[in-house]
Amino acid sequence: MEALDIFATASLWSAVLRIATPLIFGTLGALICERAGVLNLGIEGIMTLGAMVAWMTVYQGGNLWMGLLVAALCGGLFGLLHALLTVPLGLSQHVTGLGITLFASSLTYYVYRLSLPVTSSPPTIEPFQPLAIPGLSDIPFFGEAFFTQTAPTYLALFAVLLTAYLLARTPLGLAIRMTGENPHAVEAQGLNPVRIRIGAIVAGSALMALGGAFLTTATFNSFFPTMVQGRGWVCIALVVFASWRPGKALLGALLFALFDAYQLRLQHVIESAIPYQLFLMVPYVLSIVALVVMSRRAKVPQALMAPYRKGER
Amino acid sequence: MNRETVLELAHISKHFGKLIANDDISLTLGKGELLALLGENGAGKTTLMNVLFGHYTADGGQVSAFGEILPPGKPRAAIEAGIGMVHQHFTLAGNLTVLDNVMIGTERLGLLRSGRKQAAAKLRGLSERFGLQVEPYAFVADLSVGEKQRVEILKALYRDARILILDEPTAVLTQIEAEQLFQTLRGMTDTGLSVIFISHKLAEVMAASDRVVILRGGRTVAEKRTSDTNRAELAELMVGRRVVRPVRTDQAPGRNILSAGKVDIVEDGRKLLDGIDFTVRAGEILGIIGVSGNGQAALGQLTCGLRGADTGTLVYDGNQANGFSPRMLVTSGTGRIPEDRNTEGAIAEMAIWENAVLERIHEKRFSAYGFVNRARCRDYATELIDRFDIRGAAPDTRTGLLSGGNMQKMILGRNLAASPKLIIANQPTRGLDEGAIAAVHAELLAARKDGAAILLISEDLDEVLALSDTIQAIFKGRLSAPLSAEDADSRTVGLMMAGIWETSHAA
Ligand SMILES: Nc1ncnc2c1ncn2[C@@H]1O[C@H](COP(=O)(O)OP(=O)(O)O)[C@@H](O)[C@H]1O
Ligand SMILES: [Mg+2]
Repeated sequence: MEALDIFATASLWSAVLRIATPLIFGTLGALICERAGVLNLGIEGIMTLGAMVAWMTVYQGGNLWMGLLVAALCGGLFGLLHALLTVPLGLSQHVTGLGITLFASSLTYYVYRLSLPVTSSPPTIEPFQPLAIPGLSDIPFFGEAFFTQTAPTYLALFAVLLTAYLLARTPLGLAIRMTGENPHAVEAQGLNPVRIRIGAIVAGSALMALGGAFLTTATFNSFFPTMVQGRGWVCIALVVFASWRPGKALLGALLFALFDAYQLRLQHVIESAIPYQLFLMVPYVLSIVALVVMSRRAKVPQALMAPYRKGER
Repeated sequence: MNRETVLELAHISKHFGKLIANDDISLTLGKGELLALLGENGAGKTTLMNVLFGHYTADGGQVSAFGEILPPGKPRAAIEAGIGMVHQHFTLAGNLTVLDNVMIGTERLGLLRSGRKQAAAKLRGLSERFGLQVEPYAFVADLSVGEKQRVEILKALYRDARILILDEPTAVLTQIEAEQLFQTLRGMTDTGLSVIFISHKLAEVMAASDRVVILRGGRTVAEKRTSDTNRAELAELMVGRRVVRPVRTDQAPGRNILSAGKVDIVEDGRKLLDGIDFTVRAGEILGIIGVSGNGQAALGQLTCGLRGADTGTLVYDGNQANGFSPRMLVTSGTGRIPEDRNTEGAIAEMAIWENAVLERIHEKRFSAYGFVNRARCRDYATELIDRFDIRGAAPDTRTGLLSGGNMQKMILGRNLAASPKLIIANQPTRGLDEGAIAAVHAELLAARKDGAAILLISEDLDEVLALSDTIQAIFKGRLSAPLSAEDADSRTVGLMMAGIWETSHAA
């Protein structure tokens, strides 16, 4: 098989959607936080937490959807912690976010270790199975590529639509966007920017946790500590790549996933002395290039990372 | 004429730390009245209006609108009571559309769809009715300052405000825009709206208001019917004493010190400066007048050595180049008073002596072999403090603790002490009170007398008329032909500021 033929395989495109799903959830989550004016670097830890909590819920006998729900709730809880520190207290968003990441990750490992005996191979659960969409999944090539995914992937795509609609078309979305641009304007019109920010961070963090949960309930069937592997940071970059727009965030996530799926397959095609780590690098390098190209025209929310305090000049 | 009272502030007090910003202030507003709230910077005007609107919670006193007492600290309650506020610093989001900015907070957050079409129609109706033209779907960042202000007013009208408060609405407008604004406001009061506008400009208060309340040092010092008072009386009430600004005396200019020929500065394809020409001679003040945002920043950077010309040349005392480095300017005797004293003029966290020697730390008397001679630096700072009457200062005082006027005197002193041959003064009295303005003017005139060439960049018409030998207006990056002081009056110069100079006189 030649390097270019890979693009003609349906399995590549099917993998793209699968790899993109956690990125879509994470990027949407980060995007909502940032649209309200708060950078949430807790994402990496919250995704790890979500991955473990969802897996554990299922392992203890809950069903898969219950796993996702519990993950979202725990993510929201850590989001609330981040929100209370950065919004009413106005602490540095960078430091708080990194702190949340370290805290959430360590707590996750700790709880995992505590509740299970050490074994050589991690215990497994029965993950989400691909769901063929009746009618559409019979289309040759496209059916296999795009319409035979697991339920959470469809959920992620729906979340993109929902977020886009919410931000663009509802009064709540306008309030969130305005809070990210100028919280003083929001206050001057009788709304409470502090509550709006807290709400956005909690909701955004719940989405991030779903991204993590996808890894253990659909991609793999077990939890291991390093599984998030920097996906949270990729999401933070994708938000910038997307110019803070949900539609473009989807595009960015798919693009990144394409690089990733492609390099995996490329490793098998090109037989040479090149260490495979080089291929691992490819999606990240291409992301940086894409970021440089795209983000020059980005419209950054004007109040991003600026703490808001009432009555202060 | 007896009017029905629509708004009443009773015994409002508010402090920030040790500072008492409002001290037992009471005032009333009648239906259909245009009330001016007059006071110098720091008099407490904005604070009072922020208390009224619920941005701040007062220490004491209460606000009532249409007979109902407003709960403190709740802008939402003020809005619902029919109060609209146009803040001194606009509260707009540039990345969003006019419609977004107007609609925020007007719909229940739980609604599944906002009624943007109806809102746009209502907004169009209001713009038409009050003569406030704006395009609902334009992005606010693309609007001019005057248009942004219209959006702010429309925001209030959209929410059915019956009482409109404008905090220093003319600070950012040209003379002509300001006149239009007052016409609009008058139209509103004729239909029964009540308006409070805040100002420290006597001329517009006299021209536009029905009644004036004068605030000084956080207290109401007087309340006058506009028809019963005059400019001089208001000035004295506002400042609390008679302040006499120094007067320029005629003197013949010397040789050319700095001139620019056909200078362009381009940024992102936009011309910040567009083919400007000017010449400043020794012993002469050239006043560049204009509403801020018309290229003054670029002109300041060019003349202070922070950026070079993209095309065209500068000639400084015989040396021709497209720009000069800050070091070269300092060593050849240039005094620079930057536009923003807090971010460019001084480092607030450092001591006065450190700021005093900053530009000349390389001189032998202040440092040798890489070591700073602190004793000499402190002596020098003491000298400046004495000579330029910098109050509340010792050499080791943190510079940020100085008031605006005294910080400006420090910057001025540091530049004038070395008898420079060229002074670039960019908005030298912005935000200063009358007393400090008089002091700064006196220093600039003294430097002129000693033969310095002075480039004065200012948006204050009175200042430019009082100090300049020659005036050029700056508008959209272009400079008018020079107008000599004898031919300048506020009408002509006001038109020039609006870019109408080709017709107003022949160069
Ligand atoms: N949020 C604040 N925190 C601390 N001091 C303030 C604040 N707002 C205003 N002040 C101080 O209160 C005084 C009155 O300010 P302000 O009401 O803005 O005056 P004006 O609008 O008349 O120029 C000033 O000395 C100012 O420095
Ligand atoms: Mg003010």
